[in-house]
Amino acid sequence: MEKSEVIRSCKVLVIGGSAGSLEVLLQLLPKLKDHLSFAIVIVLHRKNSSDSGLVELLAGRTKIPVSEVEDKETILPDHIYLAPGDYHLLFERNKTFSLDFSEKVNYSRPSIDVAFETAADGYGENVTCLLLSGANADGSAGINYAKKAGGQVAVQDPETASSPQMPSIALQNTKVDLVLNVEQMITFINSL
Amino acid sequence: MIQDEEIDLLLNDLLEHYGYDFNFYSRASLKRRINRLFLLDKFTDFRTFREQILSDTNYIKRFIEEITVNVTEMFRDSSFYKALRTDILPILGTHPFIRIWHAGCSTGEEVYSMAILLHEAGLLNKSLIYATDINPGVLEKAKSGIFPIGNMKSYSENYIGSGGIQDFSSYYTANYEGGKFNKELRDKMIFSTHNLVSDSSFNEFHLIVCRNVLIYFDKELQERVFKLFDGSMGKLAYLALGSKETIKFSDIQEKFNQVGKEKIWRKVK
Repeated sequence: MEKSEVIRSCKVLVIGGSAGSLEVLLQLLPKLKDHLSFAIVIVLHRKNSSDSGLVELLAGRTKIPVSEVEDKETILPDHIYLAPGDYHLLFERNKTFSLDFSEKVNYSRPSIDVAFETAADGYGENVTCLLLSGANADGSAGINYAKKAGGQVAVQDPETASSPQMPSIALQNTKVDLVLNVEQMITFINSL
Repeated sequence: MIQDEEIDLLLNDLLEHYGYDFNFYSRASLKRRINRLFLLDKFTDFRTFREQILSDTNYIKRFIEEITVNVTEMFRDSSFYKALRTDILPILGTHPFIRIWHAGCSTGEEVYSMAILLHEAGLLNKSLIYATDINPGVLEKAKSGIFPIGNMKSYSENYIGSGGIQDFSSYYTANYEGGKFNKELRDKMIFSTHNLVSDSSFNEFHLIVCRNVLIYFDKELQERVFKLFDGSMGKLAYLALGSKETIKFSDIQEKFNQVGKEKIWRKVK
């Protein structure tokens, strides 16, 4: 079987979402191809309590292994990582995760900004950030930061988001690379 | 925004001038903390910031206090405290004397939570809780035993979640400063500065609690601290970590068995 020799630039796809984003993920995950050459890291605003049910819910929609991040875990391709509730999720330059229980950012812990910014520090142009539906300003500064660091940035089309505020604010602040509905997101992720 | 090379310079200064070694802290987190302080204190250029750190011994106190994360709460993760209550304390109670070490205790909320559990298990009288932190400022707060009254409602809920059946407000007296916790609890605590990076073992403990401290360290420093803990525990002693921390990437894991679902390990070898 012949394989293309294209070197894929995306090493990690970080998806941030708040209100209305879980439904997007549940539509998207089953449509992803079986083997990904990059890691997917999902950062959702969620209740403080450790609702491990979310891992199972997402894992039920995909063949790609899904797990909640543990501190200092190595980031591997073809794996979906979920940020634990009530910690910030940070990316280290040596491709491991760190967790952080510092002050909330944008009233949120995990904060999407923190994840996007540290992912951009750790991965530079090899990061892709995707911001989904949410009724919050989180993620916008992170999108801006990742774009400046040379990463690829995309937001959910606010018209298709059940809470359009989060992607709208990011669109106002940054010239994002792509504005996507769910179908387009699937095609986009599968082509990374 | 402070760049990575500038952070290297600062870390070198801190080590050479003050003996604080932050080189093995989680770099991503440290960078955020340093930038947060830079903005908070309205610095505009790195050179002034660096000079202030080097020349002002009062500012270095503030720097350490703000760089280290001191966000904590009482009975955080109530299922953890429930496990202590039901699975661990009854076994510790078989010892004639109980020594507990809270490493990186910050402002002490978890230390007071532990004292309450020991009190309710009838073990406080034969217990001593050593509570240490790198940061003298937070230890002063911990010693005072006074916590913001506005937090008591959520602490009370956490306490009930941990299986507590007393009236939580019976453990403190509310006044204008906040909720001041009872002296009987404080009498069993010994507070001291201790730097996990550079200081050594100082006793042997039946239980070491170090929750949400190691997340700020890199893997190499974590490993050193795990060895320090291992060397500070007798056989069958317990080690308790934060809910997303693990010893599974460490060499010491072969000597320890996890107890139940919580992040509590027992030293078996």
